[in-house]
Amino acid sequence: MSEAVSRYRDPAGESPTWRVLLTLVAVAFLAIVVILPLITVFYEAFRKGAAAFFEAFQEPDAIAAIRLTLTVAAIAVPLNLVFGVAAAWAIAKFDFRGKTFLVTLIDLPFSISPVISGLVYVLLFGAQSYLGPILKSQGIQIIFALPGIVLATVFVTFPFIARELIPLMQEQGTGDEEAALSLGATGWQTFWYVTLPNVKWGLLYGVLLCNARAMGEFGAVSVVSGHVRGLTETMPLHIEILYNEYNFAAAFAIATLLALLALVTLALKTLLELRYGDEIAAGRKH
Amino acid sequence: MTRWRQPSILPGFGLTLGYTLLYLTLIILVPLAALVWRSTGIGWSAFWALAFDQRTLLALRVSFGAALIAAAVNVVFGVVVAWVLVRYDFPGRRLVDAIIDLPFALPTAVAGISLAALYAPKGWIGQIFAPLGIKIAFTPLGIVIALIFVGLPFVVRTVQPVMAELDREVEEAAATLGANRFQTLAQVVLPMLVPAILTGFALAFARAVGEYGSVIFIAGNVPYVSEIAPLLIVIRLEEFNYAGATSIACIMLIISFCMLLIINMLQMWSRRRYSNV
Repeated sequence: MSEAVSRYRDPAGESPTWRVLLTLVAVAFLAIVVILPLITVFYEAFRKGAAAFFEAFQEPDAIAAIRLTLTVAAIAVPLNLVFGVAAAWAIAKFDFRGKTFLVTLIDLPFSISPVISGLVYVLLFGAQSYLGPILKSQGIQIIFALPGIVLATVFVTFPFIARELIPLMQEQGTGDEEAALSLGATGWQTFWYVTLPNVKWGLLYGVLLCNARAMGEFGAVSVVSGHVRGLTETMPLHIEILYNEYNFAAAFAIATLLALLALVTLALKTLLELRYGDEIAAGRKH
Repeated sequence: MTRWRQPSILPGFGLTLGYTLLYLTLIILVPLAALVWRSTGIGWSAFWALAFDQRTLLALRVSFGAALIAAAVNVVFGVVVAWVLVRYDFPGRRLVDAIIDLPFALPTAVAGISLAALYAPKGWIGQIFAPLGIKIAFTPLGIVIALIFVGLPFVVRTVQPVMAELDREVEEAAATLGANRFQTLAQVVLPMLVPAILTGFALAFARAVGEYGSVIFIAGNVPYVSEIAPLLIVIRLEEFNYAGATSIACIMLIISFCMLLIINMLQMWSRRRYSNV
């Protein structure tokens, strides 16, 4: 009997040998491609010892870069949050012509090279542009300053929150809102007490991804920043400078902060998918 | 008169759609229009000369060639990874599943310096290949490595949900009818996955073509050899050669739009194919 059981093979599955083999191939590939680079960040950061590691964070330019990164994310993420909620309300709760086209336009920044995302603002606001002389006469600096960095970050993180909310709110339909309205709630109350609680986990999920990208953006910000040390350098740009100066220990030390941000983002994301899988759109996708 | 929108008792349509369109226009459409506008100012023959000079052409070839190879590698291994995650159970499966998204979450500059350290001749992987005379970092091969890292989640996350939805009875039917496992996989399962695999390939490819941060540290950036198109845009900008930067950006933008169109068509095809499942 037991022998019969052990000899049983799922006719519509791979043999145990193939299972083990394919699993090993998959895990080995991931170990080399994804996990090894992650380990390298921490290994290189501590290679010269813990003192060198912590020294990297004492440097005024590093502190300024961390502060600038936090400032940029603190402006860019709320901007895209408000947009994401507005876009999702209009697109998911109403039916109108041209909706598919509008969604395609919102997704556009995903398919544009980050370098081009920065370049467009240089062409629009830079010294050589039509607006350049006007801005200069008014004493407004956009390119090579905080506004340009924020704009480029907003551009690359533009679709994140909208894209998470639209399918989720589409799936939830308009029944709850119609019930609230017919019971006498105002539009604002309906949104605040009915819609928002329904999508809160999906919203958090979108904000997490948006924030991770905002703090880590390199290409777009690099084009508009001007690389003024201590002034217009975000953390990723500061890493580049340190690396190009062969100050590897410091470059990787700063990089561990961003790697930790990525790990925390992943952990929270996984947690949200496990616990609130049916309350976030992405949880249904896989 | 046909209405352009269905009536609804929900409020706020005008406000939210208006804000959406305004924000979209200011942040995305006007800046992109500025790029197109500036390129028209260059003049046709000058644009042609700038966009298709030797260095630009080779940079585009490096970008597209490396992206193509990386996406192909990702399709092969991505499908295996997705299959293992969907069909098999093993200790640590959840963790492996979560780690797939790391390339999405890890800032590109961090990935870039880490890959460069790893594949440099003295790095952990580089020193294995160095005695064999194979240089990975600071050659076009390094670019492919970086783009494999960046593109992996696109393939896995596109193929995985479709695999999970597959009807296993079809495979059992094939087995009952005498197909061996390989025949079932090649002739029954794989055809059902083709649209998702192609979409994943296109997404990984599109992302890889424009990738900058993770590539420039490992690429070596030798003009005509290992210089990617986005880097050439940056170099032209630093030379204050705005016409040069604009023309390369325009070419890349046109190709991106074509890719977007192809991806949308693939997804429509995929949806139609599975609408009856």
